[in-house]
Amino acid sequence: MNFAFHGKRISGLLAIAPANESSFLDEMKNFDFPVNRSLKLKEVMGYDKHRLVQEGICVSDLAVYGMEYLFNRGVLDRDRIDALILVTQSPDHLMPPTSSIIQGRLNLQHDMFCVDINQGCAGFIVGLIEAFLLLEQPAIRQVVLVNADVLSRKTSPRDRNSYPLVGDAASITVVERSDDDCAIYANLKMDGTRREALMIPAGGMRMPATAATAVLQDVGDKNLRAKDHLCMDGSAVFNFVQVEVPPMIETLLAAAGVSMQSVDWFLFHQPNRFMLHKLADRMSIPYAKMPSNVVEQFGNSSGVTIPMVIASNLAARMLGEQFCACFAGFGVGLTWGSMLLSLGNMNFCELIDYPNESLQ
Amino acid sequence: MAHNTTMEELAELLREIRPEFDFTKSHDFLADGMLDSFDMVTLVATLDKTYGISIAGVDILPEHFKDLDTIAALLRKYAVIP
Repeated sequence: MNFAFHGKRISGLLAIAPANESSFLDEMKNFDFPVNRSLKLKEVMGYDKHRLVQEGICVSDLAVYGMEYLFNRGVLDRDRIDALILVTQSPDHLMPPTSSIIQGRLNLQHDMFCVDINQGCAGFIVGLIEAFLLLEQPAIRQVVLVNADVLSRKTSPRDRNSYPLVGDAASITVVERSDDDCAIYANLKMDGTRREALMIPAGGMRMPATAATAVLQDVGDKNLRAKDHLCMDGSAVFNFVQVEVPPMIETLLAAAGVSMQSVDWFLFHQPNRFMLHKLADRMSIPYAKMPSNVVEQFGNSSGVTIPMVIASNLAARMLGEQFCACFAGFGVGLTWGSMLLSLGNMNFCELIDYPNESLQ
Repeated sequence: MAHNTTMEELAELLREIRPEFDFTKSHDFLADGMLDSFDMVTLVATLDKTYGISIAGVDILPEHFKDLDTIAALLRKYAVIP
């Protein structure tokens, strides 16, 4: 499905990563694999360090910390926020919506629209599309998009296939109307028949969390995980990305009438370095135009990785320059989406730590 | 590159990843528990580096990594084997 928007822009972006850092070398002892085999994987996939929340820290904690940081800096006015979109797969509670929790903790105005969206690695694209759609309403002039996940809390520390990759983080993206009529193009596809490729089986109504669903099981590949944990069919997800993403980008660029060479940055979701390099090779994109260093520094924080790749690689340049950028996100659902837009001249673009001492 | 030489090289590359197995004696590495999906990724990275190729992501499928013959067939596609 193609989308086109006009008169809108991303005016600011903040990424928030927990200060708490863990390293793959320290975690290797938790996995039932020979050291040499794990080290090879470290080199190929980009396993190194990842940022993890301390026990008890939730999505709303990261979001509220980031929003207050922006209020205190004077770059975001709490009374001008007309809509708050939260994209997460790890809400504070099943109910109420975590967006309402954030609104309440920040004492935001009542005359606003708050909504949670359950999306993952395509969540930045889905969230932006929702934000742009809301901005079509006369009453909505500014939307705050929060992407946040603390999925380390739902990942088995004994699962070498998932745990070393996962990172926790949040991002706050301010989306507003713009006098610049430069078009924004997007493309989104979904395939629920492949929904089991990425899932947390227990914890909802279909399979309520019980003592039994918390028991670690050897699922046949020397990794131990419980039904309460994130489960990923790595081969299926890898193949899905390699098959679906390149034609999606071609469709997006064709709709926009923009050549591959005209794009300054391909800012893609960051599952691992190997997968991104294979995508770049397939589309003949220079590695320098497609940063792939988020997993090794912060981990894969699901829908936060695109803001993270911007804030960790291009923060200073986003303040005074303008780029032709192509976003792509792909994952749970399965969902895959992309967006082509003019990105830059932001009011703020920054990466901050959520300090350990904020634990309350 | 001679076919036999490549098969020997392949077996050696596989042994570097999983030294506990003899890859000349299986016709289904995945079913026999000798390779998992992450070993496949490691193998592809090794093949890319060793032969100066880039195996396309769409070719990284379990059926191409069942045994030495299927891996050799994949390398033939990339002109590593004539």
